[in-house]
Amino acid sequence: MKGWMGKFRALFLLSSLALILSGCGKDNLTALVPKGYGAESAMDLIILTTIVMVFVFIIVMIIYTIVLIRFRKKKGQEDIIPKQVEGNKTLETIWTIIPILLLLIIAVPTVTATFDLADETGKEDAINIHVTGNQFWWHFNYEGEEIQTSQDLYIPVGERVYLDMISSDVIHSFWVPTIAGKMDTNPENENTMYIEAYEEGVYWGKCAELCGPSHSLMDFKVIAVSPEEYDQWVADMQNVDPEEEPQDAVVQEGKELFEANNCMSCHAIGSSPAAIGPNLTNFGDRSTIAGFLEPTKENLVDWIVDPESIKPGNKMTGNYPNVSEEEAESIAEYLMQLQPSEVTPESAGN
Amino acid sequence: MSIAATQKRGFGAVLWDYLTTVDHKKIAHMYLFSGGFFFLLGGLEALIIRIQLIKPNNDFISAGLYNEMFTMHGTTMIFLAAMPLLLGLMNAVMPLQIGARDVAFPFLNSLGFWLFLFGGILLNCSWFLGGAPDAGWTAYAPLSTTSPGHGVDFYVMGLQISGAGTLIGGINFLVTIVNMRAPGMTYMRMPLFTWTTFVASTLILFAFPALTVGLFLLMFDRMFGSAFFDIALGGNSIIWEHLFWIFGHPEVYILILPAFGMFSDIFSTFSRKRLFGYTAMVFATLLIAFLGFMVWAHHMFTVGMGPVANSIFAIATMAIAVPTGIKIFNWLATMWGGSITINSAMLWSLAFIPSFTIGGMTGVMVASAVADYQYHDTYFVVAHFHYVIVGGVVFGILAGLHYWWPKMFGRILHEGMGKLAFWTFFIGFHLTFFIQHFLGLMGMPRRYWVFLEGQELDLGNLISTIGAFFMTFGVIVFLINAIYSWKKGEKAPADPWDGRTLEWATASPPAHYNFKQTPLVRGLDPLWIEKTEGKDEMTPAEPLGDIHMPNSSILPFIMSLGLFIAGFGFIYQTDNSAWLIVLFAGMAILFGSMIVRSVKDDHGYHITKEELEREAD
Ligand code: HEC
Ligand SMILES: [Cu+2]
Repeated sequence: MKGWMGKFRALFLLSSLALILSGCGKDNLTALVPKGYGAESAMDLIILTTIVMVFVFIIVMIIYTIVLIRFRKKKGQEDIIPKQVEGNKTLETIWTIIPILLLLIIAVPTVTATFDLADETGKEDAINIHVTGNQFWWHFNYEGEEIQTSQDLYIPVGERVYLDMISSDVIHSFWVPTIAGKMDTNPENENTMYIEAYEEGVYWGKCAELCGPSHSLMDFKVIAVSPEEYDQWVADMQNVDPEEEPQDAVVQEGKELFEANNCMSCHAIGSSPAAIGPNLTNFGDRSTIAGFLEPTKENLVDWIVDPESIKPGNKMTGNYPNVSEEEAESIAEYLMQLQPSEVTPESAGN
Repeated sequence: MSIAATQKRGFGAVLWDYLTTVDHKKIAHMYLFSGGFFFLLGGLEALIIRIQLIKPNNDFISAGLYNEMFTMHGTTMIFLAAMPLLLGLMNAVMPLQIGARDVAFPFLNSLGFWLFLFGGILLNCSWFLGGAPDAGWTAYAPLSTTSPGHGVDFYVMGLQISGAGTLIGGINFLVTIVNMRAPGMTYMRMPLFTWTTFVASTLILFAFPALTVGLFLLMFDRMFGSAFFDIALGGNSIIWEHLFWIFGHPEVYILILPAFGMFSDIFSTFSRKRLFGYTAMVFATLLIAFLGFMVWAHHMFTVGMGPVANSIFAIATMAIAVPTGIKIFNWLATMWGGSITINSAMLWSLAFIPSFTIGGMTGVMVASAVADYQYHDTYFVVAHFHYVIVGGVVFGILAGLHYWWPKMFGRILHEGMGKLAFWTFFIGFHLTFFIQHFLGLMGMPRRYWVFLEGQELDLGNLISTIGAFFMTFGVIVFLINAIYSWKKGEKAPADPWDGRTLEWATASPPAHYNFKQTPLVRGLDPLWIEKTEGKDEMTPAEPLGDIHMPNSSILPFIMSLGLFIAGFGFIYQTDNSAWLIVLFAGMAILFGSMIVRSVKDDHGYHITKEELEREAD
């Protein structure tokens, strides 16, 4: 199936001229240029269904055009009464049977793909990561590794990585358009899906189920690195010593302020799975702040001083003592230097 | 009573007349008027949404307000605009099409309307009382159960009250069609609009209770401390999704089937041909309705129901395309060989075919479960259901309005303005929504307050917003047209379109008893049959005699008002138990009126034969 699908894909991309003119969307965000297993399965079906449906549409439009050209009331024939046709068994059978056949063409691969994507046979030997959706951030717990990250999910390319997903509050939906379809994170039960990226890269992830005011800001990233880099990253993350005293005086001050201001009650640094707020172990390596802001010091200071103005309705606002701009600067210095690994979003080619 | 006499009455008298009327034609006017009002409101909300999305990171409105805006847009358009507009057309036309003098339960008909209206007003009161609901029109738990403030409470009470009205309306239509058809009007001679009213009413009867139950559970969770959807206490939030969609999916067919009926009547009339494959059309309608109950979980492919459930629901969903396809081809075949007149009503109907076909096509595409893992909850789905609901239902309502306007109001809408409204709306519609298919696949989820810079979504969103302004312009032109026709419109004869069905066999607008003598139906398209035999009116099925008519009553209004008041009691008793007084007062009004209604005999009145004869001169 893959062979002729490939040809169709080329044809499809050529024929959708409008799309090419406007581009297929942003690389590593768009679902139209898949770079992972789930996204590719979906794209194959999208193309197949589009072709079948466009075929039907063209037929409808041909008949429609003929009708409108040939059978409009003409001048001087106002009194002509057309023949009152009751129906036509043959015709009606044709336009019942043909659609059924066309639907079969779609239905069979749909069912196959549905079962394929729900396949969990390799799960035991694969990397398993627990995903938790929270208002309005994502948490990732790497099973058996004692590693926690938030917002950035690291995976090795070319491997099926199994995600067990749950929510800590309302329903969210985990979506990385370029490598996989979406799956809801429900509060009551774990859902499992696997993702597999074909290429290294930093892929955009989005929350796709309405979850409150900052639903549209609940972005995350999937960072697909080579298997070697992934192992390296795991080792680096496991080596982190949260107790380590910083050398730099400003950083040291930042660390003290971080502890003094109650930040620790929600934010873990290290492998503690407790997660009222994002885990900050590799904060300095992050591709974003709060899931969507450029990782600059100004943005971080703004966030610490007034998160509400950045993400309305977030669960940090109002739950910690007022922090002045200067204090925030020191805390920022501290957080930005939390860079445990050589493997960063840049390693993935970003 | 002639129009001239009506116009001479004072405003107060007219108002009282409408508050108390049980005449299906006047109730239809009220449905259309209030549905039209809510349509404008929902449209305004849509425009605000599109302005917010005109450029990346826009801050035209705040995140919280944005969520309220799209929640109210969806809720308003479905429950308070599309439903009542359709119920209005059904009320205006269906009794005429079957040759009846009114619906089976005129009192209930009025009650249904007032419940809908008060429910809608209650819901919209939330705007002024601390904020509208903000959990989406789907109100998924636990977001809806935990949403702060009273917004979602207004959603629950408003929809519960207006939903009761709809249910009453549906049952009423069912009984009417079963019992009140004119002699000779067998089921298989009913016009398609009557058929689809019948089937949609059946769907209402079976689908709305699911919503009612869901809303009750939500109401108890929010107002009385139960935990149906609270996971911490052993509840389950997915149940809400099921209940909502067991209602929600048939709801789509409740909306689209009547539109299908209207198109069937319109294509046939303006092609001067009998509907092609009438029997197939009827059975396709029934099949769509039946399958419509089997597919609700296709809204939930990403919930994690597993591959078996997903596959079954995918295939069941695709199956609906078959009867829908049959309909499309039968409409084309109806026009084939006909003598087609293209006026405003026909323009909207013709535009429906390609627009709805696109919506149906994308429907099959989203039915393909794995592909839906990409489409779900993105702008692709937004595009899909707007193609179906605007391209199908709204086009249908507009076609129906242009078609039956003369019958309902005795005036013909202006053709020039009709065409202008059509073209701007039509172009705007495709501009707004076509591009959204691509926005979705390019990574834009729905219900996003902002989209960030640098995601290559800017151009698509800008185009979409421009389209929304075109649509707005079209709607304004239509409004002007309606007002113009009311003031200066051309007077309509009884049968302006060379019609085929019974509604065209009586005056425009009809007398309040519809038919002086019940007509005798001799086949499908009864009026057309008489006309081909050289007659210009129906053969009566009965001699001229006294006509029994129901009395007007203010009770439906008062009962609905009681529930409306009780609604506030329910909502605010969570803050302060003093509000229980309001709750009980409201319920007392409701039950008091019900008792009055039960105890007091009301036998209606008769229009005597002599009066009818006098009127004829
Ligand atoms: C009540 C718990 C709580 C406390 C206390 C708290 N935070 Fe947060 N913090 C959160 C939550 C929840 C988020 C995620 C917000 C979001 O994205 O919606 C967050 C996000 C952050 C982020 C962005 C993280 C990321 O993943 O990009 C930073 C940085 C941060 N907090 C710093 C601090 C600092 C510094 C303090 C102390 C002054 C602090 N927080 C106190 C809950 C808390
Ligand atoms: Cu979310």
